[in-house]
Parts: sequence; C-alpha cells; structure tokens
Amino acid sequence: MAELRFTREHEWVRVDGDVGTCGISDYAQSQLGDVVFVELPAAGKNVKRGGEAAVVESVKAASEVYAPVSGEVVESNAALPDNPARVNQSPMSEGWFMKIKLSNKAELAELMDEAAYKTYLGTLS
Amino acid sequence: MRYLPHTDADRRALLATIGVPSVDALFRDVPASARLDRPIAGLSSTMGELEVERHVAALAAKNRPAGSMASFIGAGAYRHHVPASVDHLIQRGEFLTSYTPYQPEVSQGTLQYLFEFQTQVALITGMEVANASMYDGATATVEAVMMANRVTKRGRAVLSGGLHPHYRQVVETHAHFGGFKAVGAAPRPGLTEDLAALIDADTSCVVVQNPSAFGQLVDLAPLAKICQAKGALLIAVVTEIASLGLVASPGEMGADIVACEGQSMGNALNFGGPHVGLFATREKYVRQMPGRLTGETVDTEGRRGWVLTLSTREQHIRREKATSNICTNAGLCALAFTIHLSLLGEAGFRRLAELNHAAAVMLAEKLDGVRGARLMTDQFFNEFTLKLPVPAAGVVDELASKGVLAGVPASRLWPERPELGDLLIVAATETNTVAEMDRFATALEEVL
Amino acid sequence: MDKSQGRATREDGATAALAPVVTASGHRGLVMEEKLIFEQGVEGRTGVDLPEIPKVARRLGGLERKAPIGLPGLSEPQVVRHYTRLSQKNFAIDAGLYPLGSCTMKHNPRLNEKMARLPGFADVHPLQPVSTVQGALELMDQLAHWLKTLTGMPAVALSPGAGAHGEFCGMVAIRAAIEARGEAAIRRRVLVPESAHGTNPATAAAIGFDVDAIPADARGRVDVAALKAKLGPDVAAIMLTNPNTCGLFETDIVEIARLVREAGGYFYCDGANFNAIAGRVRPADLGVDAMHINLHKTFSTPHGGGGPGSGPVVFSARLAAYAPVPYVVHGADGFALIEHKAQTESAFGRLKGFHGQMGMYVRALTYMLSHGADGIRQASNDAVLNANYVMARLQDVMSASFEGPCMHECLFDDRFLKDTGVTTLDFAKAMIDEGYHPMTMYFPLVVHGAMLIEPTESETKESLDMFVDTMRALVVRAERGEVEYFRASPRLTPRRRLDETRAARAPVLRWKPQRDPVPQAAE
Repeated sequence: MAELRFTREHEWVRVDGDVGTCGISDYAQSQLGDVVFVELPAAGKNVKRGGEAAVVESVKAASEVYAPVSGEVVESNAALPDNPARVNQSPMSEGWFMKIKLSNKAELAELMDEAAYKTYLGTLS
Repeated sequence: MRYLPHTDADRRALLATIGVPSVDALFRDVPASARLDRPIAGLSSTMGELEVERHVAALAAKNRPAGSMASFIGAGAYRHHVPASVDHLIQRGEFLTSYTPYQPEVSQGTLQYLFEFQTQVALITGMEVANASMYDGATATVEAVMMANRVTKRGRAVLSGGLHPHYRQVVETHAHFGGFKAVGAAPRPGLTEDLAALIDADTSCVVVQNPSAFGQLVDLAPLAKICQAKGALLIAVVTEIASLGLVASPGEMGADIVACEGQSMGNALNFGGPHVGLFATREKYVRQMPGRLTGETVDTEGRRGWVLTLSTREQHIRREKATSNICTNAGLCALAFTIHLSLLGEAGFRRLAELNHAAAVMLAEKLDGVRGARLMTDQFFNEFTLKLPVPAAGVVDELASKGVLAGVPASRLWPERPELGDLLIVAATETNTVAEMDRFATALEEVL
Repeated sequence: MDKSQGRATREDGATAALAPVVTASGHRGLVMEEKLIFEQGVEGRTGVDLPEIPKVARRLGGLERKAPIGLPGLSEPQVVRHYTRLSQKNFAIDAGLYPLGSCTMKHNPRLNEKMARLPGFADVHPLQPVSTVQGALELMDQLAHWLKTLTGMPAVALSPGAGAHGEFCGMVAIRAAIEARGEAAIRRRVLVPESAHGTNPATAAAIGFDVDAIPADARGRVDVAALKAKLGPDVAAIMLTNPNTCGLFETDIVEIARLVREAGGYFYCDGANFNAIAGRVRPADLGVDAMHINLHKTFSTPHGGGGPGSGPVVFSARLAAYAPVPYVVHGADGFALIEHKAQTESAFGRLKGFHGQMGMYVRALTYMLSHGADGIRQASNDAVLNANYVMARLQDVMSASFEGPCMHECLFDDRFLKDTGVTTLDFAKAMIDEGYHPMTMYFPLVVHGAMLIEPTESETKESLDMFVDTMRALVVRAERGEVEYFRASPRLTPRRRLDETRAARAPVLRWKPQRDPVPQAAE
C-alpha cells in the first residue's frame, strides 16, 4: 500500500517499497500557473531531503523543487520535458518529476500525511 | 517652466484635495537633518531652449567631428553612412517614448521589430537563435563567457590575444568579482596564436575576435573542432558587423556563441555610446541565454503576434538565480540596426562589405612601405595594422593636427605593452574617399 | 475574415456598440496589419544605392562567405511604410499617460534629441586624440558635477550602461573595498528588503554575496528591529531603494545607514525612485555609500522601447577610490581620460567598452540645464504632488496598501477587487481599452496583486482627473459584477491578449523560411 506524504514546500512523495515517486501538489501547480519548462535531475544523482532536486518554470514564476526525501534518483519522468502541461493537468500522477530510492525511511515520519497537508493548506491565505 | 504644466493655482487645487497646506507636508518623512529648504547651490537655474542650445552647442564646437577630418579610426567603432530614413523613423514618438514591451497588446510595434532584429542577427551570424540585444559588444562578450560557464559547469575562460582590450578588461572584471578565471594570450598582430595549448579540463570557453583587434582575419573552424573535442565552447566576437556581408559567418566556422558590437549598422559613433550588443547561439542553449527574448504566438482571435518570453530566466523573477542581472536591451539602437539592415537587404549588405574591403585594400597599398611603414596583417576585412619606424602615438597626434585621424596607436589600447608601441591600427570604410587616402599617405610621408 | 472585434459574449449596450466590421484588406482604418520584412522581400530590391565596387585584389584569405545570408530586399518607401505602421501599434508617452510605478515615464524633451545629434557629439569617435574631443570630455565633466552636486557625493562613475549595470558597479566597488580591508572571506552577506526589485538580489548573487531578505513592517518600511537582528560582522552591505518600492520614504533611513556603517558594512541605494527627491534631499545626507541613477528615468532620456539607458553611480568618500575606469580628469592641459585600471591606484576595472553612454549624457545634461536646480526641485515637488493627488482621489474606492503621504508613486493592492472575480491583471487590461498603459502590476511582492501608480510631474490636473475618473469608472464596473468585460479586455487594440504560455512552451524566436505559417485569421 503506497504511502503518500507532503512537504511544507508543496512537494509530495508516494512510497512503494524502497522507492518514492515525487512531484508537486495541486496547490503548487495552481500557484505557478501554466508550467512551461521543467529541469529534472539525472538518474544516479544523490539528493538530500530539502535540497534542490529539480526546477519548474511557469510563465510568471520559476521555482526550485526540493527533494522530499534523501536518496538516489533512479528515474526522472522522461515524458515531462516535452509535455510540461502535465504538471498542471495531473500533478499527482502523470505530472510526477522523479523517483528516489530512499536512503532513510525514517524521514517519512517527519512529513505530513494527506489530511495534515489539507489542514496546512487551510492555514495559508 | 515649459516641461512642468502646473500653475500655482493648479498646485493649490491639488493640495486642497489632498488636504495638506503645502507640498512640504508631503515630505514629512524626510529626516530634518536631510531636508533642503531651497534649491541646491552651485548649479544653474531654469533656462530656455535658446540658452541651453547655446551652452551645449558651445561644448560640441570644442570637438572635431570625424567628418571634418579624413578619419580612419576603427578599433571597435566604425564610421559608416547611415541612410537618412533611419534616424527619422527611430525618432517617431511611438518608438522613442515607449517603454519595454511588457504589455504586448500595446507594444506590437516594438515586439515585431525585435523579432525581425533577432532573425537578422541569427542570419548574419549564421546561428540558430539571437536575443533582443545587449548594452554593447563588450558586455555581450562577458555574458557569453558566463553563459559558457553555466552550460559547461566549468569556470575558466581562455581569451585570444586579439580580443579588443576593453572586452578583455570587462571579462577580467567579471571574472575577479564573479568567481571564475580568465586567462589571456598575449596580443600580437598577424601571427596566429596557439590557443589550443591553453585549453584544459576546466576551460568553459575560448573567446576569439574575428577580425581581431589588429584586423587579422582567420578561419575559426580548426579551433572550433579543438574546443569541441575538449568540451569547451567557442565564443566568436565580431566588432565590425559589416564584415559579415562578405566574410564567412562565425556560425559557419563552428562557433557556439557569437557576441558582437552592432554599432556599424544604423548607429553613429556617438563617442562610444550608446551602441548595441548582439548575442546569438545554438537553439539547444536557449534557456541559458541572457537578455530579453521576443517570441511568436497568437492572440485570443488566433492572430499572429509577439510577446517577451522565457523571462523566468531574468532577474525580476529568478532574483538570486537569474542568468544575469541585465534588465535593459539597447532598444532604439537595435531598431536603428534593424531599419538599416532592412534598407540594405542582401545585395546592399554584401555590396557595403565589398566597398569596405576594397577601401581598406587600397589604403593598405598606399601606406605599406611609406618611409619604412610595414603592413602586418595579411588577411583583413576593413582594418589592418601598420608597423611604423617610430612610436605610433606621436605620429597620430601629428597627423591629427594635419586633419587626418590616422587610426589608433596600439599603445592607447595596450599601454602595458611597450613592445606594441610602434603599431598603428587603421580602418577604412565606404565613407573614405581616395582623396582622403592620398592625404593620409602624403601626411604620413611628411611626418615619418 | 477579420475577427479583431472579438465575439460579443452578451448583448448589452457596450458590446452592441462594438459590432464587428469586416474589411477586405485586413486593415482597420489607421491601424494596419503588417507582415514581417522577411515575408515582403523581393530579390533585387534595395533601399540603398551604393557605388560600384572598385576593382582590387581581395585579401580575405579565401574566407569569403559562400552561402547567401537570407536577408530580404526592400525599397526605401517599403521600409519607411513598414516601420511607420509598426510604430502605430505602440503606446507611448507622447500619446498618453503611462502610470508605471518606478519607471518615471515623464516627458522626453525633443531638445535633448537635437543636442545629441550635433555632429560634435554624434560624429566623434571614442578613440580620437583627446585634444580633438575636449568638448565631449567637458560635457561628461559637467554632467558629473550635476550628479555629484544633486546627490552631495564626492565621486561618480558614469560608465554603467543602465540601472542594473549601475547596481553591479556599485556592489562591485563595495566588494573591492571589502577586499582591500582584507575582509572578503568574512563579509559575504548582503541585506535586501523583500520589496526590492529583482535586480538587487540578482546583482548581489552575481558578485558572490549571499542574499538575506529583510521583512517590511506594517507601515511598509524596513523593519528596523528585524534589521538589527540580522546585522553582524559578516554583513557586507545593505541594498535599499529610497523612496522604497511601495512609494514610501524610508523614515528610519539615517538610523539604518548608521547601524550598517557601525557594523562595518556599506549602504547601497537603488536610485530608481530619485525623481521623488531630486533637488530636495541629497542621498549623501542619508548616509548612502553608493547609488545608481537612471538617466532614463529621473533625467528624461527616452526609454526607446526598452533602451538604451544609462546608469551612472555616485560614490561616497570611502568608496571613491574603487570607482571603475574610465573617468574624466581635468589637468593643466585640459581634460583627459583615465582608461586603464593600471593607470589608477585602486579602480576595480572596466565594465563596458569605451567611455559610457555619451549620447545619453548629452540628453541628460540638456534636461538638467533646461530645468536648473530650481526646476529639478519643482519637478520633484510636482511628481510627489501628483501621486498624492491620485492617491487622495482613489483611496476611497481602491485599497491603498499603506497610509499616506506617499512620495512620487502610490501603491494599491487587490483587496478592493475581492469577490468581484476581477484580478489585477484583468483590471489592467481594461485600462488599455480606456487609452492608458497599465500601471506597474504585481510589484512589489509584499502586497497581493500590487498596482503601483506613478503619474510624474508631466501631467496636467485635467489629465490626472481624467485618469482618476476612468479608474473610478472601472471600479464601478468591477463592483457591478461585469467580470466578463474585464476578462475579454482589451478589445480595441491591434492584438488582444496573447498566449504567453504557448510562447514559452514552444519558443519561436525568429522567422524561418520553410516553417509553416502560424495560423492567422483567414484572409
């Protein structure tokens, strides 16, 4: 059963076994506006939780995407650079950014689950 | 005052609406220690146009315009004939007094000409994509170096000895304060240099000016291959854009980035500014390119139009992570460039280049051998270097008093290189007559 | 068929009046559809007559271009018509009010253009013997004198090419001064308000500084307590705009300058808003160490659709030694140019080719001479007066972000549009149909949906009243729920809203000969 967690910077990670698929939340994509470009990490890159992993650009803003968990990037979404609109259309599924092999599963406990993230969103105005 | 429409009655009415007794009340946040209660001393008072003209024209009269002498100065700025239409068109209020085209619905004029400009620059440089201009050739060159650093993720630039010294100095300034390295070969006329030996694993780019600051023309293709093999980018610099009407383009020669000074098209000498920097590169690097970019799109009615695009690279959005801190392009100077090139067209641009080269060839023939003066440049476009039997600086001053602007002594460009002190860099354009060239040769004979 | 009037979304008085007019040519009265030059060129046409090429033996070493370039051939009448038509699609100061906050869109006097074109300035090569260009050097010296006197600062670097370049110059001088003190490794942090223009942190980062943001207080000014907490021995500088980007004078600026100086740091001032205080306040008296001045804002040199600008930087005594080359000096033999770093003790180097934006110096000095010290002071008074008038007449219907008085610009946010469905962007696009260029929008970032309005001193009371009345009418529309009206705006311009997403996702940055034409309205 895949675990879904969120960060305060609006990244999500869905963990299945050792590997977490990561992306940005629906809230994040709506804040950005139409995504025009993404820059994804190469496979093999080591990332630290909270460190810069990817870049997402819209017409009016550019944003770092931070790794929600530490580990090694095993795959980036090869279909995404040619179809950046997917980030807007399906941020939680087809618009995924990268898959990370977790080096420290304990980090998941520090992230918000879906209910907590929803509550958190309510506090932002 | 003619530019300030308010009468005292107007001001009183405005103050009444605001609800304060005087305009001083609006400045109440200014600390008392910094408040000035009267106009600043030491400066003149309001003047009408007549008086202002008198004052400014008196300053202008203390200069000797190049057109009043036989002028053969190049070294990064070239005297060309600009058709009369250019200056009239750029002074239309809708071009002169408009702002950056951030609201595209009311800036299609600016956006369309910038799109044409970008296309023209890409075509003449032989590259795939160009930006909407930069301040000048020197800043375009350093921006190219910084881009090469980003693309290759390396931090060392190799600079040809033939790079214009101002351009080299600008790169060195940015290198020192921007945290990268710049290594230069010694400036020497004529001889080819071994830049390949200077390329190492940390080299992001090799910067070569062609024609060089000495006027020397070379084929960059062999160097391009070496750069490619070593993972460095070749940056070609062109300071005399008219050369591209006749000489093979940097793109054809294999350059990765091209940085140019575009002043020769559409823009007067203006004592060195404002000029217009051109910047072009390969499409695959477009997101690393600095400066403004105009892109084509459609409006809600499906009609073709243009907008500023890829602006998330720029400082006002990326802030600390911007590709550069540059906001401004050269606007009106880019427009002048575009209009001039539109008037010339393919045939005119080529013919202009032919005329320039022919003028330089004729002049070189007249000067080579005069009292021991020797031509040092075997291949050139419209600029070449003479080696004189005496220091060149004194010769230039003497010739100036005889009404000839005889070029630039190398000592003015490289004062730290006494070994270049007898070199004179001379340019000829389509504005030079044979009579002027003969005058130069005669005067040189007299002075040497 | 021409669809430039758009599809009417509902029948009401306003849209019924805009019944579509279909023309055979695609032109609409005085506004012409105009293709690219590349789509109009004909081989053999030229707009320039050049002489025959003399017969000489080429010395190009075989490096002639082999392939054609692809430039179109056009006659002079065609070119003149083409660019004239293009110009007619631009809004401009000459045509109407441009209330762009922090851009200072004041009148651009034509005397400036006449003076810049005198052959004694335009037809002079930068590397002519210095004896032949004494007037140019003297003009630069006089401009330097005006800038130093107006700011109270002892030194000025004229060479930066525009504002952002000036910031770079000022911050590099600060870095050079810190290096000279041996503190480059320690002092790496630059404090920048959240409200700052993006160039400020971009410049600091480009020079290797770490940027630390300072929050604003409830009054829209730098939070001095927060600033104090951030000061330390690692602070290199603070970068402040004054008046700030909210249009407010930083009340505590003298204290801030003192605190930073005591911490061993420098005070860089972004002079974009100098038009509020020129002739009334000298930055030197506020404790500034370096300030760039935008000649194309405060001193009326034309914006030219984006450039050229000019961004000279004034320096305090403790930074003067680090100013870049080149600069003008006055000796026994007249004026001379110091062009090379090696000829100075501590100049940090060169920033630009040749000597700077001479054409803009001529224009700016012409403006300064025209106004005089008294006129410059009066211009600042009128600029501040006009902004406060606009604020006074709009604050009951629009949400002013901070309590007045403001300086030369007034800041509103989108609270007044809450629940109308109309955004700042929509509001701005409706202003376009009313004949106004929108104000600066979404900047500064410290308020939501910012609208920054700077009328400048060039506007008459009648012009201000018409602008205010128009804005009030638009607010009424928004409150009446006419969301579609705003979203459909603009409708009267040569193009309506353009698809910026498409332009960024699949960039088309030049014309190409074989590319499929972009879909147009059918001809």
